[in-house]
Amino acid sequence: MADTSGTLVQQSIRSPLLQIQGLSKSFPGVQALHDVTLTLERGEVLALLGENGAGKSTLIKILGGVYVPDQGTLSIDGKPISFASPRAALDAGVGIIYQEFNLAPSLTAVENLFLGQEQTTWGFFSRRTERTRAREVFGRLGVDVPLDVPCHTLSVAQQQIIEIAKALIRNAKILVMDEPTTALTPSEVHRLLNVIAELRGQGFGIIYVSHRLDEVQQIADRATVLRDGRHVATLTRDQLTRQTIIEWMVGRRIENEFPKQPARLGPDRLIVTKLCRGNSVKEVSFQVRAGEVVGITGLVGAGRTETARLIFGADTRDSGKIELDGRELSIRHPRDAIRAGICLLTEDRKHQGLMLERSVQENFSLPNLPDFSNGGFVQSRRERKAWDEYRQTLQIKVPHRDTLATFLSGGNQQKVVLAKWLQTNASVVIFDEPTRGIDVGAKYEIYMLINRLAEAGKAIVMISSELPEVLGMSDRILVMHQGRIVGEVAEPCQATQEQIMHYAVG
Amino acid sequence: MSPISDPKPSVPPTEASIPTESKNALWHEQVLLWWQPFARDYGMLFVLLGLGALFSILTHTEQHPTGADAGQQVARSILQEQGTAAQVLIVARQTAEDLEFTTTLSSRLDVEGAKVLRVINGDPAATRLAIQELIASNQLPSALAVNDVSSRWGVFGQFEETRNLPAYKPQPYYWPNFLKRTNLLGVANQTAVYAIIAVGMTLVILTAGIDLSVGSLVALSAVISAVYLRDFQGGAAAGIVAVLIGIALALLTCMIVGAFNGIMVTIFGLPPFIVTLGVMLMASGLAFRLAGGASIPELPSSFFWLGGASTYGIPNPVLLMALLYGIAYVVMSRTVYGRYLYAIGSNHEAARLSGVPVVPCVISVYVISGCLAGLGGLILSSNLQAGDPKFGLMYELEVIASVVVGGTSLLGGRGKVLGTLIGAFIIAVIKNGMNLTNIDPFNQKIVLGAVLLTAVGIDTLKRNRPQAFRRAMVT
Repeated sequence: MADTSGTLVQQSIRSPLLQIQGLSKSFPGVQALHDVTLTLERGEVLALLGENGAGKSTLIKILGGVYVPDQGTLSIDGKPISFASPRAALDAGVGIIYQEFNLAPSLTAVENLFLGQEQTTWGFFSRRTERTRAREVFGRLGVDVPLDVPCHTLSVAQQQIIEIAKALIRNAKILVMDEPTTALTPSEVHRLLNVIAELRGQGFGIIYVSHRLDEVQQIADRATVLRDGRHVATLTRDQLTRQTIIEWMVGRRIENEFPKQPARLGPDRLIVTKLCRGNSVKEVSFQVRAGEVVGITGLVGAGRTETARLIFGADTRDSGKIELDGRELSIRHPRDAIRAGICLLTEDRKHQGLMLERSVQENFSLPNLPDFSNGGFVQSRRERKAWDEYRQTLQIKVPHRDTLATFLSGGNQQKVVLAKWLQTNASVVIFDEPTRGIDVGAKYEIYMLINRLAEAGKAIVMISSELPEVLGMSDRILVMHQGRIVGEVAEPCQATQEQIMHYAVG
Repeated sequence: MSPISDPKPSVPPTEASIPTESKNALWHEQVLLWWQPFARDYGMLFVLLGLGALFSILTHTEQHPTGADAGQQVARSILQEQGTAAQVLIVARQTAEDLEFTTTLSSRLDVEGAKVLRVINGDPAATRLAIQELIASNQLPSALAVNDVSSRWGVFGQFEETRNLPAYKPQPYYWPNFLKRTNLLGVANQTAVYAIIAVGMTLVILTAGIDLSVGSLVALSAVISAVYLRDFQGGAAAGIVAVLIGIALALLTCMIVGAFNGIMVTIFGLPPFIVTLGVMLMASGLAFRLAGGASIPELPSSFFWLGGASTYGIPNPVLLMALLYGIAYVVMSRTVYGRYLYAIGSNHEAARLSGVPVVPCVISVYVISGCLAGLGGLILSSNLQAGDPKFGLMYELEVIASVVVGGTSLLGGRGKVLGTLIGAFIIAVIKNGMNLTNIDPFNQKIVLGAVLLTAVGIDTLKRNRPQAFRRAMVT
């Protein structure tokens, strides 16, 4: 790539690295993109922003050669191009790092880097050349990744670096990153942003898609905002304030991003004493009062989700006591927890929360099915009535109750999960990353809902990695590190992110 | 009821948060909502109907009435034209059908007052002899009553007296061999055992499992009941109570084996394919041991009712099949248990976290599968009047094929019980159709395999098409 960089600079004077003009794409019943225009310069980080369903994913897939646009032109270095396949996009210099990685889990970093690109002589590939090149690429990114262990043993952040390195090895000039930081810890995010800055310095054009506005503010040079498939604004660096971005994305003003209401605390509802499980949860004790929102934060792997799963009976605990409203519970299966009035909204909607290939109605009534039935037969009328009620209260946008869950947008899927658990009328609600991967508008609605649940006297546990959210929405914050609760913040409104990070890193 | 105190949401819906969908899109979705599930679940029905139509056309031939109907018909036309003056010579072969034909014909003519000179049930040589005798004794017939086969014998042309006689035979008509009542009932009867086992297999596959042991359980169940009846109840002399105990014993054994499968899959977490493969070998070996490697024909006649008799003209296995499919349909579409099975198959972790008793449900499915395989074995041995350890060979593959052709996904969570019934009949109709059209057995296998792949291929294509639509929705 080094030998071509000279010509790259010359061409840059004439035309931008990537230019998209008048791009449209529709699917049956949906106009996903409408006349979208976008430019990306060399050595620039362009944030691509928009709510779920705004058309970002469609745009990315067109860039990646997965979809063919109905109308409009793409040009790279001023040369019009069209991609017939993902392969063609890669050959033209567009590298896409999808949210879900395309790595072969049992192959090593080096093997993954050169998958389909093996440097061969007489059909044999030279391990040494490959390793040298791999080291060189990782060196350029300023990170160290073990070359010889299977990828599935590496951390998410490391796998992501391999994805980026893969694109570099294939001579990509344009990198598109779709929500690259959702699964990363704060320090890993920091490192990734450094890598991106490094790549920018080397003349790459980077399209950065994220819901996390603080990252966008840190790294982006410009931001293009999509709404309902249309290009609504391109903001320059000095326009990138949180307020402005949200206004453009949502199309209206949001006065207060975290609409926390003062809590009216009741007696202790949930008391957890000395919960233990192996190395992941060690002597965790805390209590939650009626009407209280307790935020639990910490780095990924600190034992937050594991603690929630123990309380819910999803995993078996080695020892520890769980009391609800003064009564000790013997929870050995999620069924027991549900009967007792505890529910857990898992962080991973697709794998643990929803049955994507079943209807929203079936998803909705599953935890409470015996209550909707008579002698083992499901009373569909009762079931339908309950669903209609919750669909209206939660404003779930779904064409029909028989629509498969997979057809819904992220925000609406999350609302189906919410509805499913709220209808069990639980007294303890545990949210695990309740707003991961959903857009600003839907986030706001979920915060309002948390408020209303607290107001109704429920005990709420909110696990989250997003510090602004934890600070903005909790009455009390617990910080976990290596399976233990290491700090408590009693007055979140006066606390800072630094204080919490101080606890979280141990 | 609502956990939320404020009935009106405090967040008013805004322009921006409501997706801008046109009326047109909603109409489009309504149609898709109705059509997609139907096409997904029962699309194979059209394939079955198509195959039925194809084989009806291919086997559309001249049909000749036989038996009593034919006798009545011929008698009527003779009486109409010649009245009671008729002197009739009846000629047919010596088969059961032809005997029925001649008996009905001659007794009808007798009753109406016409004269039957001679009834011949035999071959052309016997006919020649009889005609010679008649001529010798000067009894000259005025009419020949024959059927389709005997009308073509040259013997009538050899005598002056019979050469120009009017020959009466049953009127031929046109009808597909495939659509004859006996053929259709035969197809249903042959499919019944597979289809019954396939009910259990459908449930297993819906929970993302597989049960390879069903074929061996067919043999085991047949052998266990037969061995019990022979060794403890005196074989053919056994009473009805003994037969019922034998049946219960066989079913119970198969259910225990099924429970073993289920426990290995759930509690020990072994892959269903491996567990049931092992059990398949063990059960088959056990069946051969118990039977000493040979067929056991010493069974009481009351045992033959299950698989050999008919009720209201419909074979009992077919009735049993219909009953089981009715029950399974209701259970899978209307009950909590059915919902749980679909939930487990489509996302077993989400199901567990929603409080679904995953382990008991999965075990129960293997128990049902084992039980129905056992029932299949009993029907088979009842029908063939013996218990044989060689029963059920390769049944698992045929049954799995029925389930898959019926549109149930091997990944679990998607499919319908009635789809399996359609799938089983598609395979049966193809086999039957090829027999009727005289395709040789080796080619039949090739065709069957190709048809399987085509059917599933079409189905997969049809399923994948909505994905473009789905992707758009989750942009």
